[in-house]
Amino acid sequence: MIKILFTLILSQFKIFFREPGVVFWSFGFPLLIAWILGIAFANKGNTLHTVAVVNESQDTIYSLPEWLFEKSGADSTKYNPESGLEWQVGEFNGKQTRFRFKSMNEDEATIALKRGKISLWLMGNPAAGIKYHFDIDNTESSLTFLLLEKAFSLKSSTEPFSEIRTITMPGSRYIDFLIPGLMAMSIMNACLWGVGWSLIDLRIKKLLRRMVATPLRKSLFLVSHVLNRMILSAAELLLLYGFAYYYFGIIIQGSLLALLIVFLSGYVAFAGIAVLISCRAQNTHSGNGLINFVTLPMFVLSGIFFNYQKFPDWVTPYVELLPLTMLANSLRGIITEGISLYDVILPSIGLVGIGYVCFVLGLKFFYWH
Amino acid sequence: MTIEIRNLCKSFKDVKAVQNVNLIVESGESVALLGPNGAGKTTLVEMIEGVQYPDSGEIHILDRSWEKDENILRKQIGIALQETRFLERLTVEETLNLFASFYSLEKKRTREVIEIIQLESKRTTWVLHLSGGQRQRLALGVAILHSPQILILDEPTTGLDPNARRDLWKILENFKATGTTLILTTHYMEEAQYLCERILMMDQGKLLAEGSLKDLLDKFGEGDFIEYTIDGILPVEKVEKIPGVLNRSWDENKEVGRLTVKQISKTLPLFLQLVENSSISLTSLECRRRTLDDLFLAMSGRRLDD
Repeated sequence: MIKILFTLILSQFKIFFREPGVVFWSFGFPLLIAWILGIAFANKGNTLHTVAVVNESQDTIYSLPEWLFEKSGADSTKYNPESGLEWQVGEFNGKQTRFRFKSMNEDEATIALKRGKISLWLMGNPAAGIKYHFDIDNTESSLTFLLLEKAFSLKSSTEPFSEIRTITMPGSRYIDFLIPGLMAMSIMNACLWGVGWSLIDLRIKKLLRRMVATPLRKSLFLVSHVLNRMILSAAELLLLYGFAYYYFGIIIQGSLLALLIVFLSGYVAFAGIAVLISCRAQNTHSGNGLINFVTLPMFVLSGIFFNYQKFPDWVTPYVELLPLTMLANSLRGIITEGISLYDVILPSIGLVGIGYVCFVLGLKFFYWH
Repeated sequence: MTIEIRNLCKSFKDVKAVQNVNLIVESGESVALLGPNGAGKTTLVEMIEGVQYPDSGEIHILDRSWEKDENILRKQIGIALQETRFLERLTVEETLNLFASFYSLEKKRTREVIEIIQLESKRTTWVLHLSGGQRQRLALGVAILHSPQILILDEPTTGLDPNARRDLWKILENFKATGTTLILTTHYMEEAQYLCERILMMDQGKLLAEGSLKDLLDKFGEGDFIEYTIDGILPVEKVEKIPGVLNRSWDENKEVGRLTVKQISKTLPLFLQLVENSSISLTSLECRRRTLDDLFLAMSGRRLDD
């Protein structure tokens, strides 16, 4: 039996590594995502807020008001007739807040705001009162408004701007949030596409029925698929973590044993789901549809890229029951917060339970022919 | 006996794929299931293979049944399903090794089988790069790996060019010499004639007739054919009076006349004489022996390649 299992797993390895596309999507793609998002959210440089200034007087409609040039609250100003007037305000952690003021009429300002070219537009002056125009639900616009209000209220550039100290301790950066989420997503994809899709593909090619028309035990055949992808998935996660460790300095704060248990229970959950969703599909369309039906909602809701706490309160308890949320939260807890083995026991039991129920149901309804 | 089937039935929704089939196959016999697409051949052999389950009826193979002895029977039967696509990025040798492991066979057997199926030069070639004929030979190799007592092949040469088909026939002919019981489905009458001593004609889930080629032709029809097209009108009454003519027919659509005759060699000269005397010119003439296709057409109203 061991020899059969070994031969099956070895064959699947050969097939995997002989498909360059599959190797890239399994190993390369998560690294690429981690790198792109990590860089995009970690290294923003100086922040520039572009603001339109609408002059009420028709005579001076395309010139900036003089009070803006008095630089009462700015460290420095720079004027360019093409790009407009630039204020540089405050500095913290080597980064500055910059405002770029552009003169426009009201119609132009409204269109620029719609197109996202400016954060807001304003009228008036500090003495008579400034009227700000922007969508209050737009976070970027609201932030620009608050920063501008602060800058305009300063009497001189020597008056201290509020000091911001950025938190860069391990576990608090966006990349620390992202990597455990990517790991969870990688486990889900490895199972649903690696196990589920490959079983559907074997059924479509009628190879599944050919395999089971031999003395091969059906359960052994399924186990070989699950084990093969588990080994590959472990390698994928090691590679992803290795990259995160060397490139972003991410260190696992919690116990490795807890991490292993969460990985295995997450794998059991998604392997079970993979067997269940692949149990009847007999063509590419239904196979693709079923896998996307399961993965896409979790992909959006489970807080892989952004925290699901931003969803309405009534949604959150349901989101927390999703296996991807349980897995991502547990991995995040171990890697970034250093939670203990005890803390992950409950979600791990939940994941194994989901996997077991799905596997049993999948096996019961599995269409081998 | 090797295989005994009693009152076997199988339906899919409204389609009765196999209807009350009874069949006995003796050890070492070669049997062809001949019929057009949709005749129920595949459903019948897949029930014999234990890949599909009958709605009713019994199947006994080597005095065993699928319900009780699946593991034993799997080791006794070799099968090649219709259109199996093996794992494309495994080589011929790796594919055979994989299946050999299911039967706990040594790699030595894989090498023997590669020789039997004549794929030595493709040993390290991925399945992806094999031709249709080579893939069918690989499917045959997988089927015979464990030296089964019964070999069941479902349309092993469908879609192959004549050369590839003949290559496979030669391999099968050699394999038959080992005494293995062979059941194959086909809609090529030449294949059934060439490889099997016994032919079962099947249509709409029923066995229409069975026997050797000679038995079937003798039992269900007499005479050979003269088929012709003419430029003019041949006096019908004179044609029918030609000695040796058993039957005369005219296909309105194809504008082809057909005479069923006892002996072509005796009747043909008389027919040609009549044509000449009637001042009519023959535009085509074909003389041929009666085939299984003619027989099938007479019994079912369909041709084998329908």
